[in-house]
Amino acid sequence: MTSFQTLLHKELLRFWKVSVQTVAAPVLTAALYLVVFAYALEGRVRVYDSVPYTDFLVPGLVMMSVLQNAFANSSSSLVQSKITGNIIFVLLPPITYLEFFGAYVLASVVRGVSVGLGVLLVTVWFVELRLHAPIWALAFAFLGAALLGSLGLLAGILSEKIDQMAAFQNFVIMPLTFLSGVFYSIHSLPAFWLRLSHANPFFYMIDGFRYGFFGLSDVAPAASLAVVSASLIAVSSVCLLLLKSGYKLRH
Amino acid sequence: MDEGEFFGLLGPNGAGKTTLINVIAGLARADSGSASVMGADVVSDYRRARRMLGVVPQELVFDPFFTVRETLRLQSGYFGIRRNDAWIDEVMQHLDLTSKADANMRALSGGMKRRVLVAQALVHKPPVIVLDEPTAGVDVELRQGLWQFVRRLNRDGHTIVLTTHYLEEAETYCNRIAMLKAGGIAALDSTRNLLQSLSGLELRLRLDGEALPQPFPAQLISQDGALFVLRLDDHRQLELALARLREAGANIMDMEVRRPDLEDVFLRLTGREK
Repeated sequence: MTSFQTLLHKELLRFWKVSVQTVAAPVLTAALYLVVFAYALEGRVRVYDSVPYTDFLVPGLVMMSVLQNAFANSSSSLVQSKITGNIIFVLLPPITYLEFFGAYVLASVVRGVSVGLGVLLVTVWFVELRLHAPIWALAFAFLGAALLGSLGLLAGILSEKIDQMAAFQNFVIMPLTFLSGVFYSIHSLPAFWLRLSHANPFFYMIDGFRYGFFGLSDVAPAASLAVVSASLIAVSSVCLLLLKSGYKLRH
Repeated sequence: MDEGEFFGLLGPNGAGKTTLINVIAGLARADSGSASVMGADVVSDYRRARRMLGVVPQELVFDPFFTVRETLRLQSGYFGIRRNDAWIDEVMQHLDLTSKADANMRALSGGMKRRVLVAQALVHKPPVIVLDEPTAGVDVELRQGLWQFVRRLNRDGHTIVLTTHYLEEAETYCNRIAMLKAGGIAALDSTRNLLQSLSGLELRLRLDGEALPQPFPAQLISQDGALFVLRLDDHRQLELALARLREAGANIMDMEVRRPDLEDVFLRLTGREK
């Protein structure tokens, strides 16, 4: 248990010591998205009749920040350790693969949720936010952050170089987040893109999270929760199998 | 390797020294065979095996996010030890790190980083300590301080396993030595026996001519122009050789008599004898 706590503590310290870069910067980025998109699109786009566009945008931005930062935390920590070689400090001690997985993912959840809270605190002044069902919002925030934390761990295990990690981030994570309905409702999309969006697990996380605020969503929140939970189980299972076998960590 | 030994692993680059250490430390999986530390199998009983083992890696790795003390506290925690400051202070003192306790790892010199790696391997007081080329690129002062400390640990009962390129280090400190070649053991014996296996003396002679008087009472190993390398059984034979030269009227320009050292054993076994 001490091993797990120490590894978690180290992972938290790692991002907290550079919190300007890991927390403040993504909060600023999200705030800029809000200002620019709200200015450009307010009054032109109407997603739900009762919700102004800027209000609609805020939960999406919060959740996008949660997801991106959860992924960034575990992936960059692991790949940096592999490249610099200091990964051996955690490979030599008697840390089990479950402790390893738990510490990296939990630290990612903390980072993702901290950034999400930061974004919420900054953007909440621009909008009148309702909190229809906060439990749903919290459930999606934590499950989504855990899913992206595991995905980041998976990417970290598989990548041996920074550019492989960057490819994963730019060609998988970025498109999936941007095409998840953060900035629009997928119901305004042509049929093909609508179907495609339904294959994107990120869409369910954003949609379910937004339900917690407005009580309105494209898909029933329980269905979204099922999709997100199933994705989390799938990704973390793969992660645990790889960690247990020592794939690309112990040669 | 036996408990309490100061054991040397020697071999040319690529012989498999680090691979062997990685298998013992659980950083690599063996294709076949098994390894155990103090009776604990490194795969099936890895948690116990790793608690028994402290490894000082060859590469100068560090985590730039932390200070020396933070690094050592974290390492203790990974091994399940809380509140380890008394021992951490003691280790830092022995390694002359106390003044750098609160310095960031990034700010340390190479030699200091090496000391921290040694300290990290000792936080959990492992009975077996593996040092993978600990003195590569390290200045003389640190090298001596380090050996003093490692010797003390050995006297206190710790088993020490050392890989090194510096044969004189192995000769000075190790009781027993394994020489590796292409993944296999080329020799495994006490340091004394290995040295004795090369009996006799080596005589290097530079003469004023390019021919030895014949017959000559010593075995010629190699000749390069007027430079001759000869093998002698003992000092009596040296006397005979010099007398023969005098008798033939040959002038000695330069002469060196050498006892064989581990390097000779090493070169003979790895098939690169001069």
